[in-house]
Amino acid sequence: MELKAVGTAGTLESSDVMITLEPRDSGGIDLTLESSVLNQYGRQIKAEVLASLERLGVKNAKVIVNDHGALDCTIKARVECAFYRGCGCDMDGRFDWGGVIR
Amino acid sequence: MKNAVGREIPEEALAVELKNGRKYEPYQGKGYRDGKYIKKAGPTSKIYQKPQESKLLPSIRDAIIATGLKDGMTVSFHHHFRDGDYIVNMVMKEIVDLGIKDITIAASSLGSAHDPIADYIEQGIVTGIQTSGIRGRMGDVVSHGKLKTPAILRSHGGRVRAVEEGDVHIDVAFIGAPTSDEYGNARALGGKGDCGVLSYAVPDSEYADKVVVITDTLVPYPNFPPSIHGVNVDYVVKVDEIGNPKKIASAAARMTQNPRDLMMAENTAKVIAACPWFKEGFSFQTGAGGPSLAVNRFLEPLMDEKGIKMAWAIGGITGPICELQRKGKVGKIIDVQDFDVAAIEDIRTNPNHFEMTASEYANPANKGAFVNKLDFVVLAALEVDIDFNVNVITGSDGVLRGAPGGHPDTAEGAKCCVIVTPLTRGRMATICEHVVTVTTPGDCVDVVVTDYGTAVNPARKDIIEALDKAGIKHVPIKELQEKAYSLVGKPDDLQWKDKVVAILEARDGTILDVVREIKPYEN
Repeated sequence: MELKAVGTAGTLESSDVMITLEPRDSGGIDLTLESSVLNQYGRQIKAEVLASLERLGVKNAKVIVNDHGALDCTIKARVECAFYRGCGCDMDGRFDWGGVIR
Repeated sequence: MKNAVGREIPEEALAVELKNGRKYEPYQGKGYRDGKYIKKAGPTSKIYQKPQESKLLPSIRDAIIATGLKDGMTVSFHHHFRDGDYIVNMVMKEIVDLGIKDITIAASSLGSAHDPIADYIEQGIVTGIQTSGIRGRMGDVVSHGKLKTPAILRSHGGRVRAVEEGDVHIDVAFIGAPTSDEYGNARALGGKGDCGVLSYAVPDSEYADKVVVITDTLVPYPNFPPSIHGVNVDYVVKVDEIGNPKKIASAAARMTQNPRDLMMAENTAKVIAACPWFKEGFSFQTGAGGPSLAVNRFLEPLMDEKGIKMAWAIGGITGPICELQRKGKVGKIIDVQDFDVAAIEDIRTNPNHFEMTASEYANPANKGAFVNKLDFVVLAALEVDIDFNVNVITGSDGVLRGAPGGHPDTAEGAKCCVIVTPLTRGRMATICEHVVTVTTPGDCVDVVVTDYGTAVNPARKDIIEALDKAGIKHVPIKELQEKAYSLVGKPDDLQWKDKVVAILEARDGTILDVVREIKPYEN
């Protein structure tokens, strides 16, 4: 599975996070984080996004995180969804439930 | 030096100079100044012995010149026009245009209507802020260290004490009024932007050297009974508009339909009903927030069940308490501020709905304010910590964006102070280990009701016993905090610079906490 196009998931609603993944060939992960709880949870949000990307095998991407107080489980789910959308997976694609999808 | 709520109060804050030379002390615990004396600081008041037909001046600018306002002086305002207020911005613009600098604004509160003041702070024209509320851009610039001196944040009662004691001396008070006559007798009813009462402006009218009333509705003399008495007023100015009537009196607060809020409100009412003070003739105050307001609705059937009535209700008044009174279940409403159109309509027509002054409401240094006789108060909070300290001023980013208001006054005065708040708001843990800023000390907070359970301050053995007897479940507050952190994670500590940007005064004038300049988050 490989990130081929821009994948987006989530909303700008309170308690949600919008994740945008943009593929690139090199340069590693370039993460831009905006959050309504930046000062208290910025470090944890960043760590959660990076861990999810690593699990999904994303090595190079521009990542935009626009958070409005999402919990860790939401952050994970949105990153995973953005990734599969960017991979061009359709609804009945083969998803690695319980594997890289936690 | 650590104070009685465990906050380190730096020398820099203790050394802040008050006008009367009084030295700041760290907070010593509730009731600290009880039984001591204050010498009230009177104004220097001009004599008007010769007959005079009118105090009217053509413009705000003329009034500022007539008062002799100079560099380094202190001006005051009230907040009864809330987000609809035009007075602060109109007056400050004229002061700035006249080239007067180094101004301290001592307002009863300031809100997001006053964003332009942030510019004057950045330009170094406004060098001091003393207020209850600070929000919007003003909160931002102060939190980023742009104000020359630390802002002093006080409760409503604490402000009256500070004015009367002379901690702050108001050189000129600018009092917006819905109606006034040409002698400055001012009322809050009968104009274009009625606000119901002018309670918070009364100390200013009595303790400022010069007093200017600004109105958009001149009425024939004598405008009686007045909230602001003409004998205390030097000048009157008529302007086109004192504010935006739609924002001065907001539409009646809709009763919340949020099931979480309703559940908390119901549980709060049950806690109140289990306490020994819930009996014929009890007294009550509640805030205007969703769950606090909804407590009214759940209290009524419990009063009926027990066959009791409320003797009096105080505070910021809203429609629901007026409605309860119309049903004959509340004796008197004593009003310090009106939060909606329904409350303003009620004070216009209801002979048992009275206006009181800010001092009568909450001043800890008079001979007994209403809060001292209060049985129950229901309040909201941004944060409550495991020592029951409450924060209502700083957001999770450490920026100033709230107001202590009457929170610390009613909490100390009332026999039972209940805080109602959800356990978490989004990702913010409302019940936390340490609040960002202490605005109401934990020794004044008795019960915390959340959607995940109720906690009682262990110091209140009487309330614990009452709840146990009534079969109301309660848990240690530590359990609520742990539950919150298990849902949202443990928050990182905020990062601060050294500079003290605001001092949180306890209502008795000791220092409860300080707010430091916020350090921008490093990504």
